[in-house]
Amino acid sequence: MSLKIMNKTTRSNMITYAMVIIAFVIVQVLIGNGSISSRLQGQLVPICAYIVMAISLNLTVGVLGELSLGHAGFMSAGAFSGIVVASCLSQNTDNEPLILVISMIVGGVVAAIVGFLVGVPVLRLSGDYLAIVTLAFGEIIKGIVNNLYVGLDGSGLHVSLIKNTVEMTDGTMLINGPMGLTTIPRVASFTAGFILILVCLFVIFNLVNSKSGRAIMALRDNRIAAQSVGINVTNYKLMAFVISAAMAGMAGVLFTANFSTVVASKFDFNTSILILVFVVLGGLGNMRGSIIAATVLTVLPEVLRSFSDYRMLVYAIVLIVMMLATNNPTLKQGISMIISKLKGKNSAKGGSANV
Amino acid sequence: MIFLSHLISGISLGSIYAIIALGYTMVYGIAKMLNFAHGDVIMVGAYICFFATMSYGWHPIMGVLLSMVVCTLLGIVIDRLAYKPLRQAPALAVLITAIGMSYFLQNSAQLLWTSSPKVFPSVIGNGSVKLFDGALAIPHVTIVTIVVCLVIMSGLVFFVNKTRVGKSMRAVSEDKSAAQLMGINVNSTISMTFAIGSALAAIAGVLLCSAYPTLTPTTGAMPGIKAFTAAVFGGIGSIPGALVGGILLGIVEIFAKAYISTQLSDAIVFAVLIVVLIVKPTGLLGKKISEKV
Amino acid sequence: MKMKTKKKLALGLVLTMGLTMFAGCGNGGDAKTDDTAATDGAAAIKIGGTGPLTGGASIYGIAVKQGAEIAVAEVNAEGGLQFELKMEDDAHDAEKAVNAYNTLKDWGMQISLNSVTSIPASATAAENFNDRIFGLTPSGSAPDVTKDKDNVYQMCFSDPNQGTASAQYISEQKLGTKIAVIYKNDDPYSAGIYAKFMEEADALGLEVVSEGTFTTDSQNDFSVQLSDAKNAGADLLFLPIYYDAASLILTQANNMGYAPKFFGVDGMDGILALEGFDTALAEGVMLLTPFSADAEDEATKNFVAKYQEKYGEVPNQFAADAYDCIYALYQACNNAGVTADMTAEEINDLMIEQFSTMEFEGLTTGGAVATWNEAGEISKVPQGMVIQNGAYVGM
Repeated sequence: MSLKIMNKTTRSNMITYAMVIIAFVIVQVLIGNGSISSRLQGQLVPICAYIVMAISLNLTVGVLGELSLGHAGFMSAGAFSGIVVASCLSQNTDNEPLILVISMIVGGVVAAIVGFLVGVPVLRLSGDYLAIVTLAFGEIIKGIVNNLYVGLDGSGLHVSLIKNTVEMTDGTMLINGPMGLTTIPRVASFTAGFILILVCLFVIFNLVNSKSGRAIMALRDNRIAAQSVGINVTNYKLMAFVISAAMAGMAGVLFTANFSTVVASKFDFNTSILILVFVVLGGLGNMRGSIIAATVLTVLPEVLRSFSDYRMLVYAIVLIVMMLATNNPTLKQGISMIISKLKGKNSAKGGSANV
Repeated sequence: MIFLSHLISGISLGSIYAIIALGYTMVYGIAKMLNFAHGDVIMVGAYICFFATMSYGWHPIMGVLLSMVVCTLLGIVIDRLAYKPLRQAPALAVLITAIGMSYFLQNSAQLLWTSSPKVFPSVIGNGSVKLFDGALAIPHVTIVTIVVCLVIMSGLVFFVNKTRVGKSMRAVSEDKSAAQLMGINVNSTISMTFAIGSALAAIAGVLLCSAYPTLTPTTGAMPGIKAFTAAVFGGIGSIPGALVGGILLGIVEIFAKAYISTQLSDAIVFAVLIVVLIVKPTGLLGKKISEKV
Repeated sequence: MKMKTKKKLALGLVLTMGLTMFAGCGNGGDAKTDDTAATDGAAAIKIGGTGPLTGGASIYGIAVKQGAEIAVAEVNAEGGLQFELKMEDDAHDAEKAVNAYNTLKDWGMQISLNSVTSIPASATAAENFNDRIFGLTPSGSAPDVTKDKDNVYQMCFSDPNQGTASAQYISEQKLGTKIAVIYKNDDPYSAGIYAKFMEEADALGLEVVSEGTFTTDSQNDFSVQLSDAKNAGADLLFLPIYYDAASLILTQANNMGYAPKFFGVDGMDGILALEGFDTALAEGVMLLTPFSADAEDEATKNFVAKYQEKYGEVPNQFAADAYDCIYALYQACNNAGVTADMTAEEINDLMIEQFSTMEFEGLTTGGAVATWNEAGEISKVPQGMVIQNGAYVGM
């Protein structure tokens, strides 16, 4: 009854929420049963982080319509700042959820600030020029963090760049240049990842359905027309960009807090591209698609392990075939025909088995 | 004198970027796509030349020719199989396909030729020209690289401006549908562009590996990204832009290493790029030269 | 739009299903043809390890896999204790290494070879520690790998030891007065050796006149670093890096007419076997290494011959370290009476007991007996080698 009253968008959003919640419940039940493999269990938090990365990038690429090739840079900024905070906190409290929440907020804020600083000059550009600048920015973040040394001891934080001049008495190195984060408090959990996904979905859905969201989409569809009706281009672009960056920063903290060590070069061009693949494969502006694509493509390389040496080759072929199949009109038709035929056969089989 | 020697290293590195950037810029100008697999075609070219000269004892020139032929075919095949079916698809779909193709080439190379590095034979020779009583030594490889780069560049400018095929390329890059109405076969023009870009990639591969003789399946990846940056730097779609962008990028990289910090050199290169694009949003030569190829 | 999504979904599902089906087949086929599996009948102890088998660092992972395979085949041929080896790909990435490690855990791994490269090794070592599965890394040389973990041991030198040993060697043998260093600053191996080297050089009064760095992304042009060293008048160039980058440095130094003494560490081993490399360029290069493929002892000769026969390459130190790992585990398992039906945790406790007291002699211990300290680091004597006429000669 109530489903009928809702408009189409709201219904679709509800389905997305429901899908995430059901998936979470199923996985929790499986964990309870002990019937989940340790491999999949180990991947749960990274999957959550990648999902958040994908939906946040979808905000930039799908909703705002600007190509970004440096999304991992925001993940990195958030991850490194958040984990430094988490390390400091973990010396004073054992409350893991509290540590995670505070460090995620810090990571998100730092990434948002970085997003703002990058966005102000950069969003004047558009198209491929914007893409290359975001790529460049991601590489710059990587270069700087690779040369960053942060130590913690009784008297507080010590920071140095390029050369490790940190002198401490009985302290620990938090960020050790190219060695990256080596003493990460492992506070991430699947539940936290699940909540983060819901929060991000909530923010994005509400943004898209608000006045600002419609302004952002108007910019995407026709910038000149949008401008002529009085939409402030810079403000709205920046808004989407900064929100997207903040979410990436939080995902970065979640991801990093799941491992004992993470290096700056983890968040490189290839990771940015990987996330872009999730977005494009899931469909631009389609959050549910991003969630599914991120999950499938994160699990896929692991499932392909039995191909041993041919694993990544098969992955590449699958990627190309998927893109061709979803975007080439002739192939698309052929495949949907095959699928409908298969469906016909299956239902026939099912029918006979029942008899 | 040290300054001069750094400058020459920069120009040499930049010339290689420029030749690779040409491949990006031509394909972009005509098909409006970023061909991320270009860097890996370079790697394939270098391997072909390596095996022709090392395993079969061919003359280096023959090796280069063979690798040009193989890469040209490879470029056409990639275009036919992966890009042509997506001519009407959104640009991002093609971009992802190109990335898939790049993974495919890298992993195939690893399976075919293993990942242990090969030291590329010195096609050009290891010596150097000594000037100012030996205070300045310019490796032969550097001189050849710069000369080849200039020759290719002028050849291309001539080809694009004066020949029939070149003119149809320019027409397609200007306006696809209008070109089609004028009787130009758009698809074969695009294939032709891929063929030329890939042949250039073979030359770039041989030069890259002659100057920096370690060859692995990932050899092409980073120079590919840098060259893409160079193409945008100079104004993507413009042939002289690729030359200027490539050489400037090479010089900036070497100077950043020499005078600022070897650790942060890449970060500095990209920072310079951002500044240039903010001041001139279409790259150095992007606007002035309206003809695109 | 809606239809589109549905179709995409359906397609994705079909593809994944198809692949998993394939995957199942692949598995069955593999097990039969795998010659490192135990001989029929006897149950085998499952040893698993992760390493980069694809991507830029795959040369190290593949070498470890091949070296370990040879040792396992030899051990199994003895007929006593049986081993079954499985290496999973981690593409030199901590996240994928943990995935690979978990895959091995699902497979039933009882002893772990940890990971091949340092960054993934630190990540998997933490899992080793949490899961109480004993880990012996062939080549994860950073101190972080074994730090605070009672059940993770190293077969290779730890990085700091190499840095210290190199500085002492250069100082004792008076190899150079003005020293230049070129290291790879995004590689923990190289940066770790560099840091300790500088510390020790300072203490010994060695004069370091030039320091250059490079990263994976800028690993082709060394003209700046070399001319800096040349202009500073360095007569000895210390290269705590792997041989692929070192070969470029030697070539470029030669091109610019710069000929200092070159001094490398164990990563330099392999340079002579590099396909296409002009070994004349490496003439006079010195290196500290625990393993040399040219050694004359029976064990090394046997290993090198088998390796070449099977894989058509000369083994490097990674392969040798992996080979030693299997033999060290074999020795420890025999001493402690480990059987294949024990759980990983039971084996773990026995292994810790063994490795903290055991004496081991292998290919990479330089003809001497090696022991492990409490931190899990091995005591090995690095040997000074110099390349003469395309072969290693002891210094």
